[in-house]
Amino acid sequence: MSAIVEKLNDETFVLNLGPQHPATHGVLRVKLRMDGEYIVEAEPVLGYIHRMHEKMGENRTWIQYLPNTARLDYLHALAFNHVYVNAVERAAGIEVPQRAEYIRVITAELNRISSHLVWFGAFIMDLGGFSPLLYAFDDREQILDLLEAITGSRLTYCYFRFGGVSCDIDDQFITGSRAFVKRMRERLDMYRNLVTNNIITIKRLEDVGPITAEMCRKYGATGPVARGSGINFDVRRHEPYSVYPEFDFDIPVYHECDNMARYMVRMDEMEQSLRIIEQALDKLPDGPYLLPKAPRIVKPAKGDFYQAVESARGSLGLRIVSDGSNNAYRLKWRSPTFSNLSLFGEACIGMLLPDALALMGTLDLVIPEIDR
Amino acid sequence: METILHYINLVLHVEPLRLLLYLAGLIMFVAANAAYLVLLERKVAGHIQLRIGPKENGPFGLLQPLADGIKLMTKQLLTPSGIDPILFRIAPVMVMVPAIMSFVVIPFSDSIVARNMDIGLLVVLAFATINFLGLLLGAWGSRNKYAIMSAARVVSQNIAYEIPMLVTIVAIIMVSGSLNMHTIVSQQLGGFWQWNLLNIKASLLMPAAFLIMFICMLAETNRAPFDLVEAESELVAGPFIEYSSMGFGLFFMAEYSNIVIGACLATILFLGGWGCPFGILPGVHWFLIKIYLLIFMVVWIRWTFPRTTFYGLLNLSWKVLIPVSFVNLILTSAMLKVF
Repeated sequence: MSAIVEKLNDETFVLNLGPQHPATHGVLRVKLRMDGEYIVEAEPVLGYIHRMHEKMGENRTWIQYLPNTARLDYLHALAFNHVYVNAVERAAGIEVPQRAEYIRVITAELNRISSHLVWFGAFIMDLGGFSPLLYAFDDREQILDLLEAITGSRLTYCYFRFGGVSCDIDDQFITGSRAFVKRMRERLDMYRNLVTNNIITIKRLEDVGPITAEMCRKYGATGPVARGSGINFDVRRHEPYSVYPEFDFDIPVYHECDNMARYMVRMDEMEQSLRIIEQALDKLPDGPYLLPKAPRIVKPAKGDFYQAVESARGSLGLRIVSDGSNNAYRLKWRSPTFSNLSLFGEACIGMLLPDALALMGTLDLVIPEIDR
Repeated sequence: METILHYINLVLHVEPLRLLLYLAGLIMFVAANAAYLVLLERKVAGHIQLRIGPKENGPFGLLQPLADGIKLMTKQLLTPSGIDPILFRIAPVMVMVPAIMSFVVIPFSDSIVARNMDIGLLVVLAFATINFLGLLLGAWGSRNKYAIMSAARVVSQNIAYEIPMLVTIVAIIMVSGSLNMHTIVSQQLGGFWQWNLLNIKASLLMPAAFLIMFICMLAETNRAPFDLVEAESELVAGPFIEYSSMGFGLFFMAEYSNIVIGACLATILFLGGWGCPFGILPGVHWFLIKIYLLIFMVVWIRWTFPRTTFYGLLNLSWKVLIPVSFVNLILTSAMLKVF
C-alpha cells in the first residue's frame, strides 16, 4: 500500500467527502487527497453541528444541564446521563439507593444494545447491504418501546436524577425486558448466520482496515475500536462504577486489528449486555428508586472531579470543576468518538475509498457527540 | 371474428406495417417493464425488509409507477455549469436506445419476433456494449469527481465481465452451430432435459456456464452485489449524480431494460426460450414466466447481499469466471469432436 503513496505525483485530486454524503452518517466532512481510488491523505473537518454544550454547562444550573446530556450522543444517551449524574453525585456527596443503581445499569445496557443495533444496520448499509438495517430497527423498536414506557422518551432520555432515577420500573418492564433478552438471543444467532457468515461480508471485513494497538494508544482510541486491536480495556471492568462489579460478564477482545475484529467485538458485546441485564433483573433489590432526601438544589463541593463510564463507543469522560455555586465553573466532555475519529487520517492512508469507508463505519461515528 | 383475424394476418404480411406494429409493441413492452419492474423491486424489497412497500397509489400501489413517472417528468432538468453539454445530453439516449434496439431480434415465441436475423445474437451483444459507453460518456460529461471515478469502474467492469460472457456464449454457439436465436431455441424444444443448461452431452460444465452467464449478467447490468458503478455509500450515485428529471429517468429505465435483456438472453441460450419444461403448450407465456423468474432472482439477490469491492469483482472475473469459461469452451469443442 505504501508503494502507492510513494509514487505520489501531480495526478492527485482533492475529494470533498461530505458534509452531505451517505457514508458519513451526519454532517462529518472529510477532505481526501486521492490518487485514483487510493487515498493519499485524509483530514476530517469538524464543526458543522457545534452547539456549545460545554459552555451551556457553565451557564445552566446543575439540574438544568441534565437534559443537555442526552443531546450529545443520540444513540447512547443514557451513558451521558449516567456519567453526568455520577460525577455530580460524587462531587455533592449524594448517596444513591441500590435499586436505583440497578435500574440505571439495566436501562443503560438496553440503550447500549439499541446503539449497537443501529451501528450494525448502518454499517452493513455502508457495505451495500440494505436489508439488515430494517431487521436491526425492528429489534431496536422493542427496546425503545420498553424505555419509552418508563422514561417517557424514545431517543433523548433524561431519566437519571441526582440520587436515583425519575421513575420506578414496573412488572411490565421487567417481563418485557426478559422477553426481549430471549428474543434478542435468537436474533443474534440469525445475524450470525445471515450477515456475519456471508462470504462477501467476510471478504470485505477480514484483513481490511488495520488499526494497531499503538495507533489506538497514540490517539486515545477506546471502546470496541481498541478492543478490536487487542487492548483489554473496558471502564466497566477496569475503573468500575455503579454496580457493575456485581455482575459476571466478559470483555470481548480480538487481536486481529481489522474491520472484522471491531465488528465481532460489537456483536459479542450485545450478548454480554444481555447477560448483564438478565443478572440485574434477577438481583433487582427492593427499596426507593430515588433518594427520599435528595436535595432540590445541588451544590457540589469546591473542586475538580472526573468520572468515566463505558459508552457504546468507548470511554466517555466528564470533568467538572465546581466553585461551590449553582452551576459549573467548567465542564469538559471527553467523548470517545472524537478520539476514535482522530486515527482515521492515519489509518486510511493507501486504502481504496470503499475500504476506507468501511473502516470509518467500524469506528461507529456519532457526529453530534464529536462536535459538541 | 374470422374476418378480423384475416385482416390482422394481412396487415402482418405487409412488411412496413408489421415493423411499425412491432416497434410500437416493443417500446410499450420496454416502458411497461421499466415502470413495473421498479414497482416489483420496491415491493419485493419491502417484503424482504419487513415492510409493505408502495401501497397508497391504486390497489397494491399499482399506480405508483405512474406517479413516479409524472414526478420525474415535471422536475427541472438541471445542467451544472462547466459540463460537456453534448455528452451530458446524449448519454441518457445512448443508454436507452440500444436497450430498445436489442429487443428487435429477440424471439418471444415461435412467431413473435420483429426481425429473425441470422446474426441475432451478435446484434444483441453489440448493442449491449453501447450501454456502457453511454454510462462512461455521461459520467465524463458531468464533470463530477464521483462520476469520473465511477466512469473508470464502468470501463474495467465491462471489460472484465464481457470476456467470460462472450466465451460462454461462444460455447453455446458451437453446440447449436448458429447465431440465429430462433434456431438456438428450436434445438432446445421438447422438455427441460433438452435445455442447454442440462446439455452435459455437449459439455459437463454447462450448468456452471449458466451460472457464469447469470453472474456476468448481474455485473453487466450493474446490479448488486456488483453495483460498484452506482455504489450509493461510496460514489453517492455514480454516473447519475448530476442528472435530474427524465435524464435520470432514462438511465433508470435503461437499467431495468438491460435486466430484461439479460434475462431474455439467459432464457434463450440456456432455458429453452418459449419451450415448455414438460413439452406441452409451448408459447410466449413460458418465455415470460422464465424471464420474470430470472428477474425475481436478480431482485432477490440485490436485497440480500452486501456489495463486493472493486478488486473482489475483478478477482472473481479474472481468476474464476474467465478460466472456468475457457475450460468450458475447450471441453465443449473436445466433446463435440469426440461424440
